[in-house]
Amino acid sequence: MGVADRFNSAVRRVPAWTVYAGGAVYAGWVFFQGATGALGPNPVEAIEHAYGEAALYLLIAGLAVTPLRRFSGLNLLKFRRAIGLACFFFVAIHLLTWAVLDVQALDRVWADIVKRPYITVGMAGFVLLLPLAVTSNNLSVRKLGPKWRQLHKLAYPAAVLGAVHYLMLVKGWQLKPLVMLGLILVLLALRLPGIAKSRRTRPAAGVRSSA
Amino acid sequence: MAFRWKNTLTENDVTPEPLFLNRRQVIGAAAAGLALSGFGAPARAETLEPNEWDDITSYNNFYEFGTGKGDPAKYAHMLTTEPWSVTIDGMVDRPGDYAFEDIMKEMTVEERIYRFRCVERWAMVVPWNGFELADLLEMAGVQSSAKYVAFETALRPDEMPGVSRPVIEWPYVEGLRLDEAMHPLTLVATGIYGRPMPNQNGAPLRLVVPWKYGYKSIKSIVRITLTDTQPPTAWNKYSPEEYGFYSNVNPQVDHPRWSQEYETLIGQGLFAKKTPTRMFNGYEEEVASLYEGMDLVKYH
Repeated sequence: MGVADRFNSAVRRVPAWTVYAGGAVYAGWVFFQGATGALGPNPVEAIEHAYGEAALYLLIAGLAVTPLRRFSGLNLLKFRRAIGLACFFFVAIHLLTWAVLDVQALDRVWADIVKRPYITVGMAGFVLLLPLAVTSNNLSVRKLGPKWRQLHKLAYPAAVLGAVHYLMLVKGWQLKPLVMLGLILVLLALRLPGIAKSRRTRPAAGVRSSA
Repeated sequence: MAFRWKNTLTENDVTPEPLFLNRRQVIGAAAAGLALSGFGAPARAETLEPNEWDDITSYNNFYEFGTGKGDPAKYAHMLTTEPWSVTIDGMVDRPGDYAFEDIMKEMTVEERIYRFRCVERWAMVVPWNGFELADLLEMAGVQSSAKYVAFETALRPDEMPGVSRPVIEWPYVEGLRLDEAMHPLTLVATGIYGRPMPNQNGAPLRLVVPWKYGYKSIKSIVRITLTDTQPPTAWNKYSPEEYGFYSNVNPQVDHPRWSQEYETLIGQGLFAKKTPTRMFNGYEEEVASLYEGMDLVKYH
């Protein structure tokens, strides 16, 4: 058995709900730390940023599933829905933290959404994720059929918007948002027909059954 | 000239730290204005409680040590602050390298409790120790042709992990118009809470201009140059629409990316209420006359 096969059979024993549990525990832990002063004297900013970054990491993880399988044979497909929903969860609590604890007034929230490009861009990303979250269930997959796959490609622009939102927010030329945007663009580029097809010939053993 | 500005009406100017932690200081824009002109009691006094030492020294923007708020506290110990000297040059009678100890021998250090407002919308109250910039400039002898003062932060790649990447153009530079520099509120701070300035806050000496956004208050100064032309400033070079030369705190002039109408006082926890931003950060009485007739939107 190759490395990929051993990895895949080990992963098969890990249930997908661990992703939800991990996300929930992390979110709770961050909030608890903020409430108890462990995140420094500006906890709202720290929580907001931690949740936003978690969402971006999960977007990157979700986008990595398909290329990983295609290029290395490592199969994490069974976690992809959970990764996507956990990502949506973090975007939602990021947004909630911003609106409730940071901006603190609905009129100012709205003013920011229409007036501040980085917030407009972030909100656009959130709106694109909404239908994906709503249709992340077996019933929707069955009902929508091939349209489901088309619909869930909205994750691509959403990921770009998320990273651009981060890049637009920071002061100065900072490395982290640039690396994140770069990773997302690379992961999307790996899906371009020319690149994706050239590696199609190499089948990954034991993959199809678990999809 | 030291002691040109007072914000304490009932207590001594220098308070030992233990007392500091338990007190509130009465200050207000009107009060300060009256104190400045030597008249009576405050009309609209308000209490100003300094932030805790830990807040002031753990939550910093000092990008030479990294862009995270905690990076300066983590890495600024690498900065050698002894010996330290400041080059004062340009349009001065006595240009030269002034050793930090020699400067301190000449200056009268006093305590100034100021509001500090970051362009990122957070605010603190800091009990600085320092001397008026005017006194330092007079020591070097400002020539009548000088119109502006330029400042420069130390640039030491071996001691500053953040400068290995061009987050903004290094070295960090700032500038003031000469009348702003000579204003009694403009301070060169050398300590906080009666202790020497921590490295992460800009040791051994830094500027404090309380009516301007925090980035004007340049840290760890190694050069002060008197000139007759407006000097370049670090954030203005990075994004001129967002960061003007003047950078006066002004609730009516938004940062293009965010509103400046409100702010958060640091250290108030998870449910800290936003408060309205004050014109000139609450120092309107003292400094508004510097900008009479100026378009504060254009010259933001």
